[in-house]
Amino acid sequence: MEKLSVNLCGIELDNPIIPASGTFGFGYEFAELYDINILGTFSFKGTTKEARFGNPTPRIAECTSGMINAVGLQNPGVDKVIGVELPKLAKCFNKKVMANVSGFSVDEYVYTCEKIDKCDQVGWIEVNVSCPNVHGGGMSFGTSPEAAAEVTRAVKAVTTKPIIIKLSPNVTDIVSIAKACEAAGADGISLINTLLGMRIDLRTRKPIIANKMGGFSGAAIFPVAVRMVYQVAHAIDIPVVGMGGVSSAEDVIEMMLAGATAVQVGAANLIDPFACKKIIEDLPAVMDKYGINSLEEIIKGVR
Amino acid sequence: MKDTLFKVKSNRLIAKNTYECVLVGDTSDVTAAGQFVNIKLDGFYLRRPISVCDKSGDELTLIYKVVGKGTELMAKTPVGESWLVLTGLGNGYDLEKSGDAPLLIGGGAGVPPMYLLCKKLAEQGKKCTVILGFGSKDEVFYEEEFKALGAEVYVTTVDGSYGKRGFVTDAMDGIDYTHFYTCGPEPMLKAVYNKSTTGGSFSFEERMGCGFGACMGCSCKTITGYKRICKEGPVMQKEEILWKS
Repeated sequence: MEKLSVNLCGIELDNPIIPASGTFGFGYEFAELYDINILGTFSFKGTTKEARFGNPTPRIAECTSGMINAVGLQNPGVDKVIGVELPKLAKCFNKKVMANVSGFSVDEYVYTCEKIDKCDQVGWIEVNVSCPNVHGGGMSFGTSPEAAAEVTRAVKAVTTKPIIIKLSPNVTDIVSIAKACEAAGADGISLINTLLGMRIDLRTRKPIIANKMGGFSGAAIFPVAVRMVYQVAHAIDIPVVGMGGVSSAEDVIEMMLAGATAVQVGAANLIDPFACKKIIEDLPAVMDKYGINSLEEIIKGVR
Repeated sequence: MKDTLFKVKSNRLIAKNTYECVLVGDTSDVTAAGQFVNIKLDGFYLRRPISVCDKSGDELTLIYKVVGKGTELMAKTPVGESWLVLTGLGNGYDLEKSGDAPLLIGGGAGVPPMYLLCKKLAEQGKKCTVILGFGSKDEVFYEEEFKALGAEVYVTTVDGSYGKRGFVTDAMDGIDYTHFYTCGPEPMLKAVYNKSTTGGSFSFEERMGCGFGACMGCSCKTITGYKRICKEGPVMQKEEILWKS
């Protein structure tokens, strides 16, 4: 297993494979299919202070080699996540889980992170700064270095676990935002969240998604993700969790060469519920093919 | 839930833009009428969710309407080819709610799941009445198949070119039933809801991401809370439905 193991912010992972938030629920749908303890960890469904239904349906649109979703952070709220979902998860997952937190104000991030920080099952808190700031004119926290740093600082002040800031690719300069988060105390950066996209139904001439736009993910975005992971990983000194269109063991290795310490797998789980299991099983042979003895060694190994 | 290869045994046009496809494979996870499968097609990112029309041994019958590029590709798939199919999705219909004289109402692409349901109810000795609604005569399918199960069958067409003119609800008058089961477009479901006089089971449709409860793409609000149409549905009971409009 050491061949595959990596260290993410001080916690050892058996392998770098982490199902991404929003594609793996709270784990138990997948635990019915395979032993999810084979994963490095997984990032659970984006959690907010209050329960949310999310956006109206349709929330899904198909694209070439990808999909758009506009689920809108449907979740039962932090109290139910801690009181109901985590105890359920404990029955099928004995590793540290990555908590994913969203908020619509700095206070909401602080409130939710402070509560989740007290859960023993949680290893890292991944803070999604792609949500609109309701007190800041609706602009996403993740679109400005100042706002992203403000969230980072506020969350760091009330937590003890590693804080990983999950960045949006829908910005002009992702490096400056990553640097601002690092300076504000972030322990890691994860990227990329989905790309803003849109599809239109030719028959009705209306957007397919009720919310008009949504987050584009899937294999199609992989090159964009590799580029951004490369740029960010070479500009900061904290670990980077790479994601965006990863669908195979080869993609994992490419993402790690670009600079990722661990790799999240998102949309691939939705079209193949066994995607992460297959990737983990395929990794040793693919590593052998490319003469890789240990995954730790190839992080940021691009020449 | 299983993800296994199914071989196409037959795939034929049975009505306008409507195909009946028989697949052979591991059907063990298809446990109830009203469940669906999710089919992976080459060149398409998301799978195609299709309701199960019949299950017999290792054979599954699906009836689908060609409505886009994915179903166009399905229609062109030759016998002998295989698809990767996720099976055992959705809750399905509860046979125990039927009473002695259930009424089954299917509209268009909502007709297929009524077939396996009717077969199972008939096996239990229930006296099934079936209303099948279509737009026009050239879209009608499976009237004889339902009759062969011993059901009393009424067909409606919107343009009156076959059977009774109008909607499925126009055929409900005068039928005595103990419970109803229905699947079809949402306006039809709502009309049935308003006209019905007993409890009933409704099967809903929504654009899905995964089809197995992971993505929350197909959620809906109900009186008993938020439900995923692919997981806690697609079948919901009359008393829990909250209509979107």
